[in-house]
Amino acid sequence: MSESLLRVDGIQTFYGPIQAVRGVSLDVAPGQIVTVLGANGAGKTTVLRTISGVLDPEHGQILFEGRNIASMPPDQVMKLGICHVPEGRETFPFLTVKENLMMGAYTRRDTAGINQDLELCYEYFPRLKERQHQRAGLLSGGEQQMMAISRALMGRPKLLLLDEPSLGLSPLLVQQIFGIIKRINQEQGVAILLVEQNAHIALKTAHFGYVLEVGRIVTADPCETLMQRADIQEFYLGQKEAGVRGQRRWKRKRLWQ
Amino acid sequence: MEDAARLLQLVVNGAAAGCIYGLIALGFVLIYKATEMVNFAQGDIMMLGGFLAFSLIAHWGLNYWVGALLAIVITAAFGYALDAVVLRRVIGQPQFAVVMLTLGLGFIFRAGAGITWGYDSVGFATPFTNKTVNLGGLVLGQDNVSIIVGTVILCGVLFTFFSKTRVGVAMQAASQNQLAAYYMGIPVRNIFSLIWAISAGVAAVAGILLSPVSMIDVNMGFLGIKAFAAAVIGGFGSIPGSLIGGVIVGIVEQLAGYYLPAGFQEVTSNVVLLAMLILRPQGLFAERMGKRV
Ligand SMILES: Nc1ncnc2c1ncn2[C@@H]1O[C@H](COP(=O)(O)OP(=O)(O)OP(=O)(O)O)[C@@H](O)[C@H]1O
Ligand SMILES: [Mg+2]
Repeated sequence: MSESLLRVDGIQTFYGPIQAVRGVSLDVAPGQIVTVLGANGAGKTTVLRTISGVLDPEHGQILFEGRNIASMPPDQVMKLGICHVPEGRETFPFLTVKENLMMGAYTRRDTAGINQDLELCYEYFPRLKERQHQRAGLLSGGEQQMMAISRALMGRPKLLLLDEPSLGLSPLLVQQIFGIIKRINQEQGVAILLVEQNAHIALKTAHFGYVLEVGRIVTADPCETLMQRADIQEFYLGQKEAGVRGQRRWKRKRLWQ
Repeated sequence: MEDAARLLQLVVNGAAAGCIYGLIALGFVLIYKATEMVNFAQGDIMMLGGFLAFSLIAHWGLNYWVGALLAIVITAAFGYALDAVVLRRVIGQPQFAVVMLTLGLGFIFRAGAGITWGYDSVGFATPFTNKTVNLGGLVLGQDNVSIIVGTVILCGVLFTFFSKTRVGVAMQAASQNQLAAYYMGIPVRNIFSLIWAISAGVAAVAGILLSPVSMIDVNMGFLGIKAFAAAVIGGFGSIPGSLIGGVIVGIVEQLAGYYLPAGFQEVTSNVVLLAMLILRPQGLFAERMGKRV
């Protein structure tokens, strides 16, 4: 496992006295798409924030290309090649689309490379090119998501952190955006850590999956395996089998440990 | 004709005073937009800038332009340090703590200035002192005209900086969405300190522009109260709004001083402010989309 790009090892993260992540470990290999599934409040966003340095873990290590980045500030983490597409897009509403994208390249100085990447983003999302001089706050939710992904790409990442890109989008748009996420992964060789509640699309897109529950990883398997598993089907893919509800949940939960 | 010329002169003088209010208000607004802190020491920073220029020009005998530039740079550096050392620590504390802190800083600055420069009014010669320009029969003091021209130039420079340079756009970005700025690897803390530096530098410019019109003294910072009114009138969050608010306050004040009985001039900024709060509480230039953090 020494070839992993990102190795998260037993991190614990707190919001003041509240512990949101209770010892999470996961690995992302170069070029791989890894997904973390979990219900509301499971701690998915917190895991991503801890990796990108916005939060510091109380315990545990985060190794990126072999370096411990657990206590680094976000600008340094980003310079190493980890870019974050935050939950809820987090645009700069009064800046234009183009200015938003250029902010994604704030830590870079190579003008030629930046312009090249800008064109690349416009190629993936032609809609953004049409809107490049419009204020970001006036974009639709889907366009904002496209912009948030592009803005992260402008940092020329080795690892892209995606926090619920499907949130609030129509099923058709979700299909389109995940298609492009897959293309970005294949064509640019960018590894992706994808956090999702939409397990269908996440498992279809990713190679490997983890399930997070109340701050802990409860299962880890390749996505094909996860898709076949009865407990995953039941809780995350919404395919119920016959049985008594309460009993069923309790049993399945034990199965994961 | 006599009356029209008189009125124009009053308007120009008022606009000049208003530009000073506007520049101080601009400092309020820049800092508020970025950090949601109101810096009540803004007027006192202007006072420090004025005294610094006095020392450099009248005392050390530097050329006016060199001394002025140096005073602006030093005041800006002081603003940067003020944020980096003191104010950064109170981010996230209740508003009340911030208000008390900046009010306290104002006291300290006034006391420090009194110890350093004394409590008497001082002044220094500028290229604009006691000169007039004749614009088609309208005779105006160069001091007032220089304030207006200086403010317009400064605004042009600031506008270009904020809209065209990488750091300037990053300042806007960090003010609009701090969390996202962190995610983009923008060094938000340094950016905020730089915003403090710009606000302090702008205050120093105001102090220097004001010096041919009025003497520099320890309590000149109290005109920050009128600047605060200007910022609120402009919508507290809008940069053009703060300047226009300043000019409105300045002009109304001049006209009131001339046409109304003595004593009215002092309260006009508050009257304008009250009227604005009743008629249009969000200010002239309230931004329609709320700030998202
Ligand atoms: N800023 C905060 N302060 C205090 N507690 C927080 C904060 N943000 C999150 N939490 C708590 O941490 C836990 C994990 O939150 P997190 O946002 O990581 O969940 P999530 O898995 O991303 O959920 P969702 O699917 O709803 O986005 C939750 O119990 C939440 O209440
Ligand atoms: Mg979340």
